Amino acid sequence: MNKTIKGIAAPLPLTNVDTDVIMPKRFLITITREGLADGTFADLRFESSGQIQPDFVLNKAPWTQANILIVGDNFGCGSSREHAVWGMRQLGIDACIGTGFAGIFYDNARKNGLALPIVSTDTRDRLLQFANNSNGAEVTIDLAARKITTGEISASFEMDDATQTALIRGRDDTLDSLEYADAIHAFEANLDDKMRVSVRK
Amino acid sequence: MNRTLYDKLVDTHKVCDLPDGDMLIYVDFHIMNEYTSPQAFSGLDSKGLNVWRPEAHLAVVDHVNATRSSEPHDAASKLLIDNLGANCTKHGIAFYGLGDPRQGIEHIVVPEQGLVVPGMLIACGDSHTTTYGAYGALGFGIGTSEVEHVLATQTLRYKRMKTMRVTVDGETAPGVTAKDIIMKVVQVVGAGGANGFAVEFAGSAIRGLDVAGRMTVCNMAVELGARAALIAADDITKAALKGHAHSGQFAFKGENWMSDPEAVFHKEVTIAGTDIEPLITWGTSPDQSVPITANVPVASDYVSPKVKAALERSLKYMGLTEGQSAKSIEIDTAFIGSCTNSRIEDLREAAKILEGRKVATGVEAIVVPGSAMTRIKAEAEGLRDIFEAAGFEWRPEAGCSMCLAMNDDIAMDGERVASSTNRNFEGRQGRGARTHLMSPAMVAAAAVTGHLADVRDFKQETST
Repeated sequence: MNKTIKGIAAPLPLTNVDTDVIMPKRFLITITREGLADGTFADLRFESSGQIQPDFVLNKAPWTQANILIVGDNFGCGSSREHAVWGMRQLGIDACIGTGFAGIFYDNARKNGLALPIVSTDTRDRLLQFANNSNGAEVTIDLAARKITTGEISASFEMDDATQTALIRGRDDTLDSLEYADAIHAFEANLDDKMRVSVRK
Repeated sequence: MNRTLYDKLVDTHKVCDLPDGDMLIYVDFHIMNEYTSPQAFSGLDSKGLNVWRPEAHLAVVDHVNATRSSEPHDAASKLLIDNLGANCTKHGIAFYGLGDPRQGIEHIVVPEQGLVVPGMLIACGDSHTTTYGAYGALGFGIGTSEVEHVLATQTLRYKRMKTMRVTVDGETAPGVTAKDIIMKVVQVVGAGGANGFAVEFAGSAIRGLDVAGRMTVCNMAVELGARAALIAADDITKAALKGHAHSGQFAFKGENWMSDPEAVFHKEVTIAGTDIEPLITWGTSPDQSVPITANVPVASDYVSPKVKAALERSLKYMGLTEGQSAKSIEIDTAFIGSCTNSRIEDLREAAKILEGRKVATGVEAIVVPGSAMTRIKAEAEGLRDIFEAAGFEWRPEAGCSMCLAMNDDIAMDGERVASSTNRNFEGRQGRGARTHLMSPAMVAAAAVTGHLADVRDFKQETST
């Protein structure tokens, strides 16, 4: 993950876009992370017959090339399925700019290099308008400076330090956390036996 | 000290602070299912990592399995189910698979096995893990990368959330259930209103609920965006902990598992219990609900163009006319099941409505008990006979089933379902399917009338 994300932004102003809509269940019957691009927003992108839904924003120029989405409130709500984020990444989405995201989706995004800058409602609405009218002008998200710039818009965004660091460094949380194995052992040593769950097989 | 219950739970599970501002928190117990864990196990394998503490995990099959039979209904679901079993065998993890007498929906199985006690921290690759707050335990949903992290380290990277207290005071009217209480909370706070918050439920209407009802409340707290939901442990909690397979084996002492009297929350919401009526959702977000006695909203009720547009989109998807009465909505299907409402208590409430009545002509009615143990208990109580005599199909195997339609229980395009589940999203129960959320008793009432109906009308009939 670079410190800067640049590209075309598509407006997707629907509120409460849930992870069932981002990745319908029929694409979840899999044991791998791959092959999820076609499933992403499938019920919005395609008709039941499989034909392309021409009115959906990502099916229209210039947004067929979009790698940034400007989204409605509470994007990513619902199910914990990380498949939603994997699919968005495989579809080429690098960032969603919105006013707030559901918690599990936010954490899943961070693990997969999907940036979720949080802006005010006013900024989001101006970005929506810009994305609608700019004929594919470039939007720049500077992760290190927490700043979005495009056209006449220059706005700061919120992102917690740990997420910002993770996105810039692109690290593996599991391996990083195992460097604290001694602290975990020490914590466990202080637990009495009644605080250790042991599930019967 | 004036700490909230949430802060006590976080404090007691903090392993250490991390340089980037997160902390590591210890996960006492971790639950897995067959659809959000495969890539976590393959992640471990690719990194050459072992499971940190295998005995602290439980895996169950619930999301993709058929409920008509203990055999998988197709090759793809069989692959997921077999994959989980093989991963558990390899890593020495308890696995309650198909045919196991303890199998069922994860959030039904865990309390049934006595695997949740106050003071625990529980994680699971399922958003409805907030359910365990009903026991004064901190439960929350995680993604698959975090499942891998828990398996490898028994911890999670965590950021402390803000706290919100939702107080529901006052006696609720007869016919108003825990489901109606939480649906009211979702309506008031909004679908994303608790994003970034851990919510504690308080007040006499909450305290008056049994643990089953408290689980329904905490379960659906995720529908307002809460990453954690909590109810202070009390005598009702204590009584519910007894008599299960693991009862008495775990005791998370050292704190009173309740907020201190002077604890300050970042946000307070108050709802009068007496204002709550039986609710139904009319739209495609769990906060789009009205009392059963009311009408579907009309666009002119709203000023904001954005809200109007959302309303119109929902009504179009749901095939409803603005302003039509809730009771005029005719259904095709009635579904009782899910981690929200498939416990024995839920089945009893629905059976009260169904006893001596018949499902309306043309309505397909299905009930999927939440676990094998729940089913056996219900059958012993005669509930199966009541459901079947009324014309419900009684499913022999437990699972999430039509709540999210990952198995073969899929609603068709345009099919309208009265559902005791938790999400009415577009496409949730099948592409184009139309979901109305309500309590299990209200689903039963809709099943026998053929349209959405007020459970209170039934109670009056039976009492006269």
